Amino acid sequence: MLYKVVKRSEITQGKSFGIRTAAIILALLTSAVFIMILNLNPLEVYASLIKGAFGSNYRIKQTIITAIPLVITSLGIAIAFKMKFWNIGGEGQIMMGAFAASFFALRYPDLPKPILLSLMMIAGMVAGGLWALIPAFFKAQWETNETIITLMMNYIAIKWVTYLQYGPWRDKGALGFPKIPNFSDNAILPNFLGIHIGWIFALILIIVVYIFMKHSKLGYEIAVLGESENTARYAGINVKRTIIIALLISGGLCGLAGMIQASAVSNTLNVEVSGGVGFTAIITTWLASLSAPFILLASILFAALIQGGSFIQTAFGIPAAAAMILEGMILFFVLGSEFFIKYKLTKNGSAKSAAGKGEI
Amino acid sequence: MKKALGLLLVLMLVMSILVTGCSQPAKEEPKKEEPKQEEKAPEQKIKVGFVYVGPIGDGGWTYAHNEGRKYLEEKLGVETIIKESVPESQEAEKVLNDMIDQGANVIFTTSFGFMDYTEKVAKANPDVKFLHCSGYKQLDNMSNYFGRIYEARYLSGIVAGMKTQSDVLGYVAAFEIPEVVRGINAFTLGVRSVNPDAVVKVKWTHTWYDPAKEKEAAKALLDEGADVIAQHQDTPGPQQAAEEKGVWSIGYNTDMKEMAPKAYMTAPIWNWGPYYVQEVKAVMDGTWKSSSVWEGMKDGIVQLAPLTDVAPPEAKDAVEKVKADIISGKEKIFVGPIKDQTGAVKVQDGVVMTDQELLSFDWFVEGVEGKIK
Repeated sequence: MLYKVVKRSEITQGKSFGIRTAAIILALLTSAVFIMILNLNPLEVYASLIKGAFGSNYRIKQTIITAIPLVITSLGIAIAFKMKFWNIGGEGQIMMGAFAASFFALRYPDLPKPILLSLMMIAGMVAGGLWALIPAFFKAQWETNETIITLMMNYIAIKWVTYLQYGPWRDKGALGFPKIPNFSDNAILPNFLGIHIGWIFALILIIVVYIFMKHSKLGYEIAVLGESENTARYAGINVKRTIIIALLISGGLCGLAGMIQASAVSNTLNVEVSGGVGFTAIITTWLASLSAPFILLASILFAALIQGGSFIQTAFGIPAAAAMILEGMILFFVLGSEFFIKYKLTKNGSAKSAAGKGEI
Repeated sequence: MKKALGLLLVLMLVMSILVTGCSQPAKEEPKKEEPKQEEKAPEQKIKVGFVYVGPIGDGGWTYAHNEGRKYLEEKLGVETIIKESVPESQEAEKVLNDMIDQGANVIFTTSFGFMDYTEKVAKANPDVKFLHCSGYKQLDNMSNYFGRIYEARYLSGIVAGMKTQSDVLGYVAAFEIPEVVRGINAFTLGVRSVNPDAVVKVKWTHTWYDPAKEKEAAKALLDEGADVIAQHQDTPGPQQAAEEKGVWSIGYNTDMKEMAPKAYMTAPIWNWGPYYVQEVKAVMDGTWKSSSVWEGMKDGIVQLAPLTDVAPPEAKDAVEKVKADIISGKEKIFVGPIKDQTGAVKVQDGVVMTDQELLSFDWFVEGVEGKIK
């Protein structure tokens, strides 16, 4: 081996600035080649990507609406990630949250709005939390691999909703088309300043999660547990209890995102209710270094990429797949740069002076 | 923490540089465009949006609609915008609003599942005209349109019924909605008009566009003894299954000859172009009114693709004869006596099923092996 991957002990801000700038420039250049193959002008495409995300009031609203579930789900995932509990199950927790909320929306459509919405919210959080509790319990009890279990539980949740959509909950009035009936008006979250009030929840939750992680005992315990389980034990932290409570909160937040999507965006439950947010949020959480305020920034940037990517499809008539390649390419480089911020390549021999070896 | 803060600030900075840097050259363009649109408002510049459920390259349903769109562009020179692979969920509503935001004032939504979302957006945007394909809802600014593809399916059934040797035919079907049920019934009636012993086996895929799944379903039918495969989805997957097995197939949506040259015999196909031109022209002339359109072979919106050499030689004449009767109105297809799967007479001798009955078809005719959930 000529090169070694070595963990950086400390990185100057200048250096990380350089790495990130290089990553974005590289991403844009590579994508530019691809866009030119499609016979389009890359500058025009990039400009309209941004225009598509922020170019008008309507588009800014759409970007924010896309960002809302990303923010809330990312916050949930961040809590688990802080503990080094790799919760890949956001998607399933969103689904189950949406399912439980829909249960009340469909069963009690005539309850007064504040009561019904509160019920749905609580149900969503509880269901999401319980769905996350299962892998947490296995992990706490038997040290099972949470990545696999949370991932697989996504598919159970998705198939469960599919079953409801095609089976017991199918709308009888839809002439055989597999859809679940729409919610009554009482089950739909109201708008505030033109956008459903999910955005207020998102902002409040950012503050709450920030305080929780930085200034609460439990938040501190989670962080310690994430650093080292043994340290946590010596410090007298109840490891099992911490894992379980943290995951209840993590899944609960994802479940809340599911409730908001079902109520405010879909106005019903269906398999598309999450739209991959549970997976996208993993990326935004990571980009934000698990920090609550930066989750807002990363989510908005990401939502802009999604919204802008959708815009250029219609604006330039490029296929959906090509727009996704562009999004993917930009993402790939930005995430790739993370690696070079945390690690560096050194020639064999000179590595000894570095602080520690990489774990990869 | 400080580190992360720095990094993200940097990221933000770079993005903002990009925003300001990149949008400058482009700014000139929208500036030119936007005032133009406003000035021309009384004259109304037509921009037509198309919302597709699959990719244009599906070689089927969406491809056929897109051919219609191209025809429209060519004939009227109007600007069109498209969005492909739109899920039949809340995403459709967003796509519609996006299109209106981008200046579309006539929008075609081309899948059943877009209906409720089209209706919702249509109510909120009375100035935009919507045309929804294959549904039943209508507003002052929302038409529904569809074709009597079952007429062509009946004809394709004649071809299949003549070709089969095992007297078992396979039908790969999408969803248990009246449109699909109607097609299966028409096909079966066509088959049994020339081959009274034949049965049509049905497999549901619950997909419109999933080449692998649809191919698998066709394979399963072939394993159950079918030697002609017909389909109601938008991919040529089932055609390829028949081709690989060395048996025969009936396509759908577009001429699928190239996808399965040794299996493909014919296909019920769509021809949307003339309808799109007619409607958009009416909008331009200011004479457009919402309508509920369900045209058949007479108007050319549905057709039977030319029979290939794989089709039995005697089929051509038989098909031509019935086709002429369908066009003249003599052959109505769903005319009693029609028995259901249990053998009970569902439609009395000489009674013609009404459009209302056809549009809510929820039972199979005798000769179909399969269940509607």
